Order: sequence, then C-alpha cells, then structure tokens
Amino acid sequence: MSTYVPNTKAEQQRMLESCGFQSFDEMYACIPEELRLKKPLQLPEGKTEMEVTQAAKAAARKNRVYATVFRGAGAYRHYIPSIVKEVTGKEEFRTAYTPYQAEISQGVLQSIFEFQTDICELTGMAAANASVYDGATAAAEACEMCREKTRKKVLVSATVDPKILSVVRTYSFGRDAEVTVVPEKDGVTDPDALKQLTDGETACLLLQQPNRYGCIEDADAAADIMHEAKAKLIMSCNPIALAVMKTPGETGADIAVGEGQPLGLPLSFGGPYLGFMAADEKMMRKLPGRIVGETTDINGNRCYVLTLQAREQHIRREKAGSNICSNEALCALTAAVYLAAMGPENLIRAALACHANAAALKAKLTESGLKPVHDRPFFHEFVMQAADEAQAERILSALDRADILGGLPLGDGKTLWCATEMNTPEEIERAAAVVKEVLQA
Amino acid sequence: MRRRKKGRVTMNFPKELKYSRTHEWVRLQEDGTAYIGITDYAQDQLGDLVFVNLPSAGDSLQAGEPFADVESVKAVSDVNAPVSGKVKEVNEALSDAPEKMNEAPYDAWFVLAEDVTDTDGLMTAEEYEAFITEEG
Repeated sequence: MSTYVPNTKAEQQRMLESCGFQSFDEMYACIPEELRLKKPLQLPEGKTEMEVTQAAKAAARKNRVYATVFRGAGAYRHYIPSIVKEVTGKEEFRTAYTPYQAEISQGVLQSIFEFQTDICELTGMAAANASVYDGATAAAEACEMCREKTRKKVLVSATVDPKILSVVRTYSFGRDAEVTVVPEKDGVTDPDALKQLTDGETACLLLQQPNRYGCIEDADAAADIMHEAKAKLIMSCNPIALAVMKTPGETGADIAVGEGQPLGLPLSFGGPYLGFMAADEKMMRKLPGRIVGETTDINGNRCYVLTLQAREQHIRREKAGSNICSNEALCALTAAVYLAAMGPENLIRAALACHANAAALKAKLTESGLKPVHDRPFFHEFVMQAADEAQAERILSALDRADILGGLPLGDGKTLWCATEMNTPEEIERAAAVVKEVLQA
Repeated sequence: MRRRKKGRVTMNFPKELKYSRTHEWVRLQEDGTAYIGITDYAQDQLGDLVFVNLPSAGDSLQAGEPFADVESVKAVSDVNAPVSGKVKEVNEALSDAPEKMNEAPYDAWFVLAEDVTDTDGLMTAEEYEAFITEEG
C-alpha cells in the first residue's frame, strides 16, 4: 500500500531548507551520536493492498464465531438494528477525529448531547458526560470522584466483575489510596460486612447491578448504609437491565456508571467499547472529561457547546480531578442511534426477552441435571453447578462441538450462563440436550 | 473605609478585616473564631463566579493550604485558608447563590473557623492594598 506520508522528496527538501538544514542528518545533529540508530528500522517492505487484505482476512478467520452464544460476563450479544450501522457508517462520523474546535462540529456535539440525555433517562441521574473508554474506566473514575482529603477509602463489593476491580486497583495504586473488598454472602454483597467496613474515612461503595453472578443486589440498603456514613454509592449497571429495573436515580445512588457495549455495539473481540457515567447534581462538577450542553446562539437558535470545562485538566492543570480528556464519540453515537432505533418500548421488550430466555435456560439446565447456585432474583445471567470441574469442562467442550458457546467457567465446577433476546427456544432446548447427554454419559 | 479604582467602580477593603497574600479576608472575632472569605480584588480578578465547593463542619484548616475552590466562567481556583483552625460553620447559602461572592464579597463568608491560630502573617487593609498595587 502507498505510504501515508504524502509529501515528495523534493517537498521534504524544501521543508528542510526552510528550517535552515540541508539534510535530515543535519537536522538531527543535536541528538548525541551514541543515541542515533545506525541501521535501518526492522520493518518489512510495504505490501500491496491485495496482500494486506488477504493477511487481514487470514487473521480474521482465526476468530471463532459461534452460531449460538450463552456467555456474557461483561460483554453481551444483542440484536443490532440495521439502521445503526447505516447511520454510524457515514464517513462524516466514522472518519472524524475528536473535534478540537468543538463548537464548529454542531452535528457531533448534538449526537453527544443526545447520548448524554439517553444515559440520564436510563439511569435516572441529573447529568451524564460524553463517555469514557469502557465500563471499567467509568467505575474507576467514579471512585476517584468520591475520594476526598479525609475520605480516601474505596469499598468495592466482591460481587463486582473482577476485571473492573482490577482497573479500580490500578487507579488507586497511582494515588496511593486504599481499596477494600467487601465480602459476598450467598451471591450478593454481605450487608453486615458492609456495615462493619464502612466508617468516617469511607469515600464510597462500588456496587454492580446485576452483579457478576447475575444476581440483583439490594441497592437501597447499600445506599442507606453509605449515606448514613456520609459516603457515596456508585452503581455499575447493565444498561439493558436499566430499561426494566429500578434506576440508580430512584435508588438514591450518587453516581451511575456502566459498560455501554450492549447498546448496539458488536462484541468485536472486546472493543472498542463504551463507558457511560452519570451523576446527581451535587457530583456533576466532578464528572471527568467532556460534557456537552445545550444553549442558544445570538439569533436565538438552539445550539450545543462544551460546558463545565473549567474543571478539566487543560484549565485546572495538575489540580484536575481526572486526566480523561477525550471520549468514545463513535461508540457513544452508536449507543444513541441504537436507543433511538429501539425506542423505550422495544428496549423494554428486549430486556424482558433477555430475562424470559435466561429463566427458560436456567429451568432447562436444571432439568438436565445442573444445580442453580443462588436462589435469588436475576436478570439475564445466573450460575450453575456441575458435579466437579472436569464435568463442567466436558459440558463446555460438548457444547463447543455443537457450535454453542457455553457459559463462563468460574472454577469449582461453576459456570456463569447468560441468555439474551437473541437466543431462541430451539437453541435453549439444544443446549440443554447437550448438557443432559454429558451428565448421563 | 479605603477605596481603590476598579475600572470605573472602586474596590473596597474594610479596615476591620485582615488579609492574606492569596487574597482571602479574615474577620477575627473576640471569642477566637473568624469568618473567612475572598477579597474584592480576588472576585474582580476571577470574574463571574458560578460555583463554590465548600468544606464540611469539623474539617481542619491549615494556613496556606487550600480548603475550598471556586469556579468562575474562566477557571476553577483553590481558596487557601488564611489562618489555621477548624471549620465551625459553613455558609451553605453561598452554594445556592455563588454570585454573592461578586456582589458583596465581605458578606459572602465561606466558613466560620474556630480555634484560630497562625494569624501573624496576615496584612492590614493598607498593607494589602499596597501589596496588590505592587502585584498588579
């Protein structure tokens, strides 16, 4: 393929000369001799477009795309209406980099404003930002929002996805601050342990709803415990579940975050995904990154601006609360288009279908001989117990041969299963039959 | 009361107050408590103030260390404690009406501090006015 440096040798020479140099060697003369590379970089020669396409296709063939998927654990396969890719594929959106003269790009600002509005409606919170890299980043940034001089202790429930906990720990490591894991009991956060661990130095609790086992947490009780200690509650929520569940706003959470991938983004081997963040009015100014606001121009027409910028790092420098200065604009646009295409009614229908299918799958797997681990309300994920780890592995291999991706192994013969609106009754029957066969062998 | 030109309006530095080099005022009371706010000069430099982030009652104040921040349309700025002590009372009404800091900076107190110490470095109104003339 042709080079992406579009100037000719003659143009390069002219640029050099206008800087007062005759050659590149002369320009780099200020770099000490011993630091200079004396041999060419070990890069292969350029390839033709055809060769590049073939190589990319060969790599893509290594991906295993299952006909049937019963695994979630943070990334969920949902139906994406065709219009979503049609709109987000427009080159004005797809090829544009972050607008540095933001207000000139009214279309991009409008799309971000709509995304923020959608997130506020889903979470029931007062203000949302323009998004961050992914759900784990959103959770970690939310914890930093809550830390104060005399309140540095962050509590994270053991029922939060371990991948999220690990990002929260990474953030805290850099700030030399404490992260305490609140133990779980019967598949949910242990309320007694939570009470015991909460004190005057507690900044916040990070709670996942539904949690990593699919169970519904008693978020109201957690909110009470936190607020009594003048600490904050952060809820990390599944956005599809939010369509039918009590919102963080109704629960009295101070911050709501989550992974936005289920909102129209394909699984794509793990990214790019989308972190959403929303806060109540009191915490609004601590939201990291960009926030788009609606206003009127000098002619009284509706228009959009970047707002509350004074708290951002380009103005507040080292005192800014966060170094997030960008967002996932194309993914946020995708979520906004997805939500517009679905509308509230279809989003609720999709959420209810997720739950109904998961309930059917749980019943069928139980019939096949697996045991449910938790007897609790759930949304679209749940944990089942096999006789032992070896049996759980045999089940997953048998499903794999049938082109079915089974649940996520959690160890000790436990598997985290998931169903969405994409799973048909036939798929559920077929998976249950495969499981039964393994258990009876 | 001394007055200093501020464009066409005049700036005001009440004599009964003490001032810090980072533009906070202190109203020292006989019982060892003190009201703290930002000066007329500070609000003029910052421009229209839209938000104030106040500490909580019981928080300790360390002279020269930030204890609050204010947000104008231009920037977020720290407000330093002009004295050491402990926050006895917070002016919550200021949160709802941050424009009071512009309109009446010496009525717009942030906190009432108790157990006040470290007052030695504070300036009188005359000294402060000379200081900002030099600085400006």
